[in-house]
Amino acid sequence: MLNDSDRIFTNLYGFQDWGLAGAKARGDWAGTKDLLAKGRDGLIEEVKASGLRGRGGAGFSTGMKWSFMPKTSDGRPSYLVVNADEGEPGTCKDRDILRHEPHKLIEGCLIASFAIGANACYIYVRGEFAGECSNLQRAIDEAYAAGLIGKNACGSGFDFDCYLHRGMGAYICGEETALLESLEGKKGQPRNKPPFPAGAGLYSCPTTVNNVESIAVVPTILRRTPAWFAGLGREKNTGTKIFCISGHVNKPCNVEEEMGIPLKDLIEKHAGGVRGGWDNILAVIPGGSSTPMLPKEICDTVLMDFDSLRAVQSGLGTAGVIVMDKSTDLIKAIARLSKFYMHESCGQCTPCREGTGWLWRVMERFVVGNAESKDIDNLLDVTKEIEGHTICALGDAAAWPIQGLIRHFRPEIEKRLSGRVTVAA
Amino acid sequence: MKALFNAAGPATFTFTKENLAKVDAIIKKYPEGKQQSAVMPLLHLAQQQNDNWLPRAAMDTVAEMLGMARVRVYEVATFYTMYNLAPVGTYQVQVCTTTPCWLRGSDQIVKACEDHLGVKLGETTADGKFTLCEVECLGACVNAPMMQVDTKSSSTYYEDLTPENTKKILADLAEGKNVKSGPQSGRHTSEPGAVPKAANDG
Repeated sequence: MLNDSDRIFTNLYGFQDWGLAGAKARGDWAGTKDLLAKGRDGLIEEVKASGLRGRGGAGFSTGMKWSFMPKTSDGRPSYLVVNADEGEPGTCKDRDILRHEPHKLIEGCLIASFAIGANACYIYVRGEFAGECSNLQRAIDEAYAAGLIGKNACGSGFDFDCYLHRGMGAYICGEETALLESLEGKKGQPRNKPPFPAGAGLYSCPTTVNNVESIAVVPTILRRTPAWFAGLGREKNTGTKIFCISGHVNKPCNVEEEMGIPLKDLIEKHAGGVRGGWDNILAVIPGGSSTPMLPKEICDTVLMDFDSLRAVQSGLGTAGVIVMDKSTDLIKAIARLSKFYMHESCGQCTPCREGTGWLWRVMERFVVGNAESKDIDNLLDVTKEIEGHTICALGDAAAWPIQGLIRHFRPEIEKRLSGRVTVAA
Repeated sequence: MKALFNAAGPATFTFTKENLAKVDAIIKKYPEGKQQSAVMPLLHLAQQQNDNWLPRAAMDTVAEMLGMARVRVYEVATFYTMYNLAPVGTYQVQVCTTTPCWLRGSDQIVKACEDHLGVKLGETTADGKFTLCEVECLGACVNAPMMQVDTKSSSTYYEDLTPENTKKILADLAEGKNVKSGPQSGRHTSEPGAVPKAANDG
């Protein structure tokens, strides 16, 4: 378990003052100018050395991503864009950073922007987070008033502007290129890559898009040293992570823990255990709705990090842990996710636009058992036709939960099929 | 299929003087020549000014202010779910029913709303006070089940719901009482704490 002394987000739950005075008392904004003095390359090397992998789902090395930005400008400005469009079902961690630790995020934005050579940063927050936007904007205003950002930020000689941009309700804008389109004032429809944002992102300028949590941990990593962060967790899966534990647990909660904590420990030590006891567990979606579910025998031993979960054909994703006990109609639970992806498909790519609706309609038939055994193979086949055949990963995200269901619980689906109902003689 | 333009809208729309100042501040956030980036916040501001829904005249005004083709503004207004393209009740009650909320009884929360308000999902009460709808994940999953209630000037999460406290919230709102936002369970925010038994926990 993570020692309290190794906790980064010491005001995760908002029991203390989230404003500037409270943030400073917790160590934020201490010697920021000295951190910037490490220089662009120095900062990027330290973040690389910490092993920090992106906390938004994909798990790409944050330091590496920063290093893709041009070292000298060709006349175009560079931008940092922070992805705070949190909306992956099961995930509500960035919300706590935005409302309770906004200064960690803003300080991280300054440092990251300096490291990538950007003088401006846009934080794109999902529109429904009204209270969170309000706190963040007040914190930005405080930071400007205190000279921490703006002209000559922290007395460093570096000019830095930080803006809040509010989304208006579209899950797809969590995809980085859709987010950029949205920020430019368009429909949030993902772009083809390449070009990658580091080459042509916001306003066709070099852009780095990072998740809220990835940016907010950077100042603490630099203060406490990359070696400290790298010493937590496992090799290539280092540091701490905010986990969101929802569903059938006794005490649903967010908690910062060490990467690689066993799933069972996470649920039992922090979330009050599974409703009805550990043996009452049926399945867990480990990393937000798009990651394939795991049956109990895997949950018994699996570790919560990128590589451990990939090894069991799932993923850490956003670390939104959705627990389902034996009372759960798993088919209905996944059918509801299919409906979600149908609703959120942006409609740009045919396999996703048509496929997500088809998946949902077939899943609803499985819910009531109005299908045949061969339909399961047909459904699986269609998920494979969607996966990998769309511009962005929403198509994959719609396919994976169904694939996970069929992989681990095919007998459950078969039991319900109309043709297989047996009547006792 | 919802009609794009609702006939109830005004023929013309102009921002109030107070909101015009906000418009200027919003546009200044973006680089010169990139004022189209302001379209979403401007449409939201227009919606707030127009009793929480967005008429065609407001879209046209925003298009003109930002130098955008009208159809580009219509595209934005129809793409994002937070724009209401038709009049809504004073209180827009949005119940999350995505899987993490569903696992903890969002069906029962929807039913409590329907029973209390006497309308079904997608409908508005006869007195025009409440519009009830279902929404996708609102990102408060460890405080499930939850709902968001919007008015023209506010947007509030209510979390750790039960059918009983849901009905009480709706009754209090109808009477114009102040209702505590956030978790209704006694929890502060997202910390592990006592939560009500899930409404579907037999």
